Amino acid sequence: MKRVYVNEDWCLGCHLCEYYCSFANSGKSDMVKAFNGDKKTTPRIVIEEGDDINFAVQCRHCEEPLCAKGCIAGALTVTNGIVTIDSSRCVGCYTCVLSCPYGCIVTDHEKVVKKCDLCASKSGEPACVKGCPNAAIVFEERG
Amino acid sequence: MAINYFYPDYEVIRNEKKCIKCKACVRQCANEVHAYDEELDCLVSDDASCVDCQRCVSLCPTRALKIVETDNTFKKNANWPQAMITDAYRQAGTGGVLLSSMGNPQPYPVYWDKMLINASQVTNPSIDPLREPMETQTFLGKKPRTIKFDSEGNIVSETYPNLKLSIPIMFSAMSYGSISKNAHESLARAATELGIYYNTGEGGLHQDFYQYGANTIVQVASGRFGVHKKYLEAGAAIEIKMGQGAKPGIGGHLPGTKVGEDVSRTRMIPRGTDAISPAPHHDIYSIEDLRQLIFSLKEATDYKKPVIVKIAAVHNVAAIASGIARSGADIIAIDGYRGGTGAAPTRIRDNVGIPIELALASVDQRLRDEGIRNDVSVVVGGSVRNAGDIVKAIALGADAVYIGTAALLALGCHLCRSCHGAKCNWGIATQRPDLVKRLNPEIGYKRLVNLLHAWDHEVKEMMGGMGINSIESLRGNRLMLRGIGLTEKELDILGISHAGE
Repeated sequence: MKRVYVNEDWCLGCHLCEYYCSFANSGKSDMVKAFNGDKKTTPRIVIEEGDDINFAVQCRHCEEPLCAKGCIAGALTVTNGIVTIDSSRCVGCYTCVLSCPYGCIVTDHEKVVKKCDLCASKSGEPACVKGCPNAAIVFEERG
Repeated sequence: MAINYFYPDYEVIRNEKKCIKCKACVRQCANEVHAYDEELDCLVSDDASCVDCQRCVSLCPTRALKIVETDNTFKKNANWPQAMITDAYRQAGTGGVLLSSMGNPQPYPVYWDKMLINASQVTNPSIDPLREPMETQTFLGKKPRTIKFDSEGNIVSETYPNLKLSIPIMFSAMSYGSISKNAHESLARAATELGIYYNTGEGGLHQDFYQYGANTIVQVASGRFGVHKKYLEAGAAIEIKMGQGAKPGIGGHLPGTKVGEDVSRTRMIPRGTDAISPAPHHDIYSIEDLRQLIFSLKEATDYKKPVIVKIAAVHNVAAIASGIARSGADIIAIDGYRGGTGAAPTRIRDNVGIPIELALASVDQRLRDEGIRNDVSVVVGGSVRNAGDIVKAIALGADAVYIGTAALLALGCHLCRSCHGAKCNWGIATQRPDLVKRLNPEIGYKRLVNLLHAWDHEVKEMMGGMGINSIESLRGNRLMLRGIGLTEKELDILGISHAGE
């Protein structure tokens, strides 16, 4: 299965992936509207910054995801290898937030949690991959 | 406080309606032009530090930014343009020599743009390169005067080492130090994929790049940085740098700040010390001395590699080239006054040297007149900007061209001409690790390959239009060129007729 991988050698820490991710999940047609409107959107990808090193972290789509295992409402499931969330089922208990070892389940002003779905509902590569200016984030099949 | 004589050259224009405060501009500007003001909850900019490299503009996700030239004007004066007045202020303040980077930007005539290319009509049919074979492969080096065969059909005449180029374009010398390791890797990988050559410049060859040796030209310059036996043997050819188009007559100076661990090891000099290339080679004061160095290098590499001698295009270049051809060089590289540099004194860059078009025409003619044209190949650089320039250069007599600036443009350079500041926002002319990583060679080498493939297609299209199917038939074919808006003297030097003739 194709997954998102990050090569920290090329990550500049520009944070643009976060913005492209938020925009892709905002449902807005225009980036300015997505960020300067009333409703704020949250990125599903987060840049970790160090002194000399930066890298983007998002859902690893584990084969046996701890988040899904711990979900009390059955909202998190693995569909075609992608760990997906059914917002209508999420009760906002945040068990998944606590159990994810990568810190990849995010929360915002809404009750339900948010997470990366590899932009499965959209066509082409995930928005973070498309938006990365230095090809530090790639979407590919690896053994 | 002293009076500030300088008004910023550029102004950052931010469309507040479009700005989403992502701060990409803040993070990407090594000159620290942009900043986020928490109190005002908006982005602010310090125009005075902007060099117009366009990095922020290119990365802004909502195109909220643009950089414009300031319209603040000193009182108009045709004799004293604003830039000249500012230069005087700058020197009055510092007492220093002004430094600049990249090629001469002054409005001198560009002869490429004053020449037009021919095309076939009716009598000599044109050729469609997409349907018929078209050859842009070429060989650089000394050619035998006659070819003799034995009874078996084997060549018995003496042959000489040649460089095989799949396209008549090479990447010109840019040292590791002046440009980053990632820029070098991009050039090396692109040259390998394209079947052409890149040039180490005078900074030695990084240990990681010996694997690209078959497509590398190793340079020996006046500072002799990084030159050792393995280095000479690693390359496909050796280039002796006598001069550079951007700064004829002077040497080079890589500031100690750029000499980090890796550069220090590659150049074989102590870390943090200035790398100073003397103006002359201290062992070359005549053509005979040059001949000694050429043959020392040939001896060291078993006469297996062609030796290139690179000179800047200056007055009397034809006589100098004739001397070089007789000194045993296999290839002469001539660098015009618009050639780029990582740093040069402004006055030298802007006032010394001559256009490559005129130098090429006179060198080619002189070598032909003396019957020694086939003893050497001629490579020209110093602002070859597109496929049209290449066709014109070859028709004027060049065997191949060197491109430097155009290659850097493919890597993202925006010609902001601030290389000497060592804070290149595009990761090219810098050694700062956080900036160097902005140039991913995986992207860079593909863009270089794309550029050269595109140019190769265009060269073939233009050759086809002239009814020529081999680059060898275009070489020195000045009948294919016509001048436009040139004087009798200029046409005479270029050896071409005027349009309409």
